[in-house]
Amino acid sequence: MSTAPRALRFTLNGAPAVAQAAPHQTLLEVLREQFNLVGARESCGQGLCGCCTVLVDGEPISSCLLLAWFADGKRIETVEGRPPDGALDPVQESFIETGAFQCGFCTPGFIVMARRLLERQPDPSDDDIRHYLSGNLCRCAAYPEILAAVKLAARRGRSA
Amino acid sequence: MAAKLMPAGQVGRSVQRLESRAKVTGAAEYVHNLHLPGMLHGKIHRSTRPHARIVRIDTARAQALPGVHRIITIDDVRAVIPNPYYGPAFHDQPILADGKVRFAGEPVAVALAEDRHVAEEAAALIEVDYEELPAVYDEVEATKSSAIVHEVLKPAGTFPDLKHLDGRRDTNIALDFHLVRGDADQGFAASDHVFEHVFRTQQTMHTPLEPFVSAADASADRITIHTASQGPSFVRIEIARLLGWPENRVRVKVPYLGGGFGAKLYIKLEALVAALSLIVRRPVKISLTMEEQFFTITKHPATVRIKSGVTKDGRILARRAEVWWNGGAYADVGPRVTQKSGFTAAGPYDIEHVLLDSYAVYTNRPPAGALRGFGVPQLAWAYESHTDLIARALGQSPLAFRRRNILRDGRVQATGTVMHDTPIDAVLDRLNERMGLERAYDHGSGSLRRGRGIAIGLKASIAPTTSVAMVNLYGDGTCGVYCGTVDMGQGSDTVMAQIAAEVLNLEAERVSVIHPDTDVTPYDMGTLGSRSTYHMGNAVRIAAEDARAKIAALAAELGLPPGSNAPLADLFRRKYGMQAGNIVGFGTCIGDYVPPDHDTGQSPKVTPYWMVGGAGAEVEIDTETGRFRILRLVNVADVGAPVNPRLVETQLSGGAIMQLGFTVSEAMLYRDGQLTNGSLADYKIPGFFDLPAEMENLVVDGAETSGPFGAKGVGETATFAVSPAIANAIDDAVGVRITELPITAEAIYRALRVKAGDPMGEDGR
Repeated sequence: MSTAPRALRFTLNGAPAVAQAAPHQTLLEVLREQFNLVGARESCGQGLCGCCTVLVDGEPISSCLLLAWFADGKRIETVEGRPPDGALDPVQESFIETGAFQCGFCTPGFIVMARRLLERQPDPSDDDIRHYLSGNLCRCAAYPEILAAVKLAARRGRSA
Repeated sequence: MAAKLMPAGQVGRSVQRLESRAKVTGAAEYVHNLHLPGMLHGKIHRSTRPHARIVRIDTARAQALPGVHRIITIDDVRAVIPNPYYGPAFHDQPILADGKVRFAGEPVAVALAEDRHVAEEAAALIEVDYEELPAVYDEVEATKSSAIVHEVLKPAGTFPDLKHLDGRRDTNIALDFHLVRGDADQGFAASDHVFEHVFRTQQTMHTPLEPFVSAADASADRITIHTASQGPSFVRIEIARLLGWPENRVRVKVPYLGGGFGAKLYIKLEALVAALSLIVRRPVKISLTMEEQFFTITKHPATVRIKSGVTKDGRILARRAEVWWNGGAYADVGPRVTQKSGFTAAGPYDIEHVLLDSYAVYTNRPPAGALRGFGVPQLAWAYESHTDLIARALGQSPLAFRRRNILRDGRVQATGTVMHDTPIDAVLDRLNERMGLERAYDHGSGSLRRGRGIAIGLKASIAPTTSVAMVNLYGDGTCGVYCGTVDMGQGSDTVMAQIAAEVLNLEAERVSVIHPDTDVTPYDMGTLGSRSTYHMGNAVRIAAEDARAKIAALAAELGLPPGSNAPLADLFRRKYGMQAGNIVGFGTCIGDYVPPDHDTGQSPKVTPYWMVGGAGAEVEIDTETGRFRILRLVNVADVGAPVNPRLVETQLSGGAIMQLGFTVSEAMLYRDGQLTNGSLADYKIPGFFDLPAEMENLVVDGAETSGPFGAKGVGETATFAVSPAIANAIDDAVGVRITELPITAEAIYRALRVKAGDPMGEDGR
């Protein structure tokens, strides 16, 4: 089997992108090393902590486990993907206002998930939020503040 | 939370974290993100044996792999560092295994390659032949074992109180600390009741989500180390010592940390990457995996034997505690834990006769160091479980028994130090108020039983330590704070900006904090032990006051009337004729301290300040399965006067949840000395569903007289009392006592069966 890199084409945060990846390389490596998108991070390396979460065709995925070749032709969105103008979106603003992070290492993963949750479910219950975010770990344990942040963003989204 | 607003309104305000935007956009700088031009990746080959002599290391197959730059062993390291042993208390840890391995997972060799996948593949191709040695894993057994981890003790010369250990042979006891107050034998003899119990804690790991990562870039006479470290000044000093270089040729830079919790202190990967970069003359970066973190630093398992003599009306007359700290294969800062926390092993109680022995013990496990509490959570697990057992045995309420015995300001702690600004009584009162301990309580019925428990822990700030800060005012009147405190999530940047802003009458949000860079920022002992708000906070306050005095002097020099509030930018313009110049203020804080007497542990000033953390827990237990839920967790802390109430609250909340993990789920498990659960799949840290149904985090009114604006530390406080509060609540609910962490449903169920006179066999019947 060839281990030679192959050209990949996909949509990255709304714009067409081209990358080179060997068969063993993950989407996470490609995003970080070729596009300098450092919001997704490798922590557990097993898809258990959520630090590397990005959206692939709208679905949250552990990019540390997804081989880059499988991203060929897909629509990839990272924490850096919105809003496009460098402003903050309501989820990010809510995270800041409620103090929903400490070291910040897991934060992009939580934000990507919270955005997706609120798209699917604009008015989630506390338990909905816990369930949806239960695949993301925060060792600083900002969980109570993260719950408050998602609720605040939901309230703002509904009144917008 | 109550907060005293100061005139300028900067201290006492819940300022949002200065770096908020960078963290929610993913742009925050971590060493994890660092890429240096021409950089090689290093991958570590680790020992597969817990204790063995290395017979042969064969690197030929690894070296032959296409793309490998070089394979490095200790022999290569010696060419650049002739004596390659490091450590904060003992120089006992080799940069790579030196003829012997002392735990399974110890670094033996490194593969270097431009491609990290190639480095990983090569590391797996390194072959090592071992001759196995007898190993020892238990801290009590190790004190008597014939399996010796280190043939000879090698204390660092820096601590005068460790000198007597130099050259001691054939023992696994790295350090013994003793405290004698009064006459314990006499106290026990005068007591109506004597109680004795043994408690144990398990090995756990900090699990920062940014795994250890360091990079070094060396030239012939300079080296720069980029590292996720909580102690850049220590790293510089220790690397300079290893290389035999002056400090000013070693530069250490630290951006944000993705969590630390005590893991990223002292030397971890820094000596290794420094050696590698010097050997190959290229930048080298090593990023550990989550699994490798378990082989780097952990929290001490401990065994505590504790004995108290009590009068029939509930006064503790004497307490004796023996503590064995399982330090693993290398001392790291364990000897400091043994001493600096050891002297609080009798708990927050006013006891006339105290006898304490605390031992740092080597075993063939991964090393243990500081983890959010520096040993206090292990000790509090013992003394607060023990205290509760005594109260229940005497038929007294645990609250009343504690009230009768707690230390109050003006009284003398076991070290002989007089207590001040340490409101243990207020923490207890607040716990009572929130838990309603004196009100009637429904313990449930049938198979669902409920109970409540409280606990209080006391910690001394580590001493002696020093922080130095610089406040730099620029030509346009803006302010930069230069300090070596590392913001690893606790919010120190924001707090330091608030303190400088308060003194200089600026807005905290407009102050910038310059991250640790030993070429730029002054000395700091380290971001550890809840010391930064107090020590660096005081240094920043003094530096800002110095700058303020210099502004007044400049105004006077320019002929302005005293008290004139001309903007600083105007003063600079008048002085220099353009936007130019600086005013630099300096501040130093050295915590007050008198070293304890070697034989008795007595000192008139053993710490600059004390911290009190209390917890109240309410649990519900299913007696048919042992399954339990934490219905409520109340954390009450003495933090002095909070600089930033919201950051204080999140530190308390985060600390308590972390300790909850150490209480109910986290444990490093071994088979034959091999760790079997070194991954987040099998080592369970708290997630969203592991939180108590209700949680409250409160501070009591207080002010530390010697702290900056009355503040003291908060990073560890909420960890002290969580575990015993839960065990005490379980006892209250179902009348069984768990003496070993973690508390599991199985442990409770087994205890219930024992209580029912029908103990369960190992086969689960």
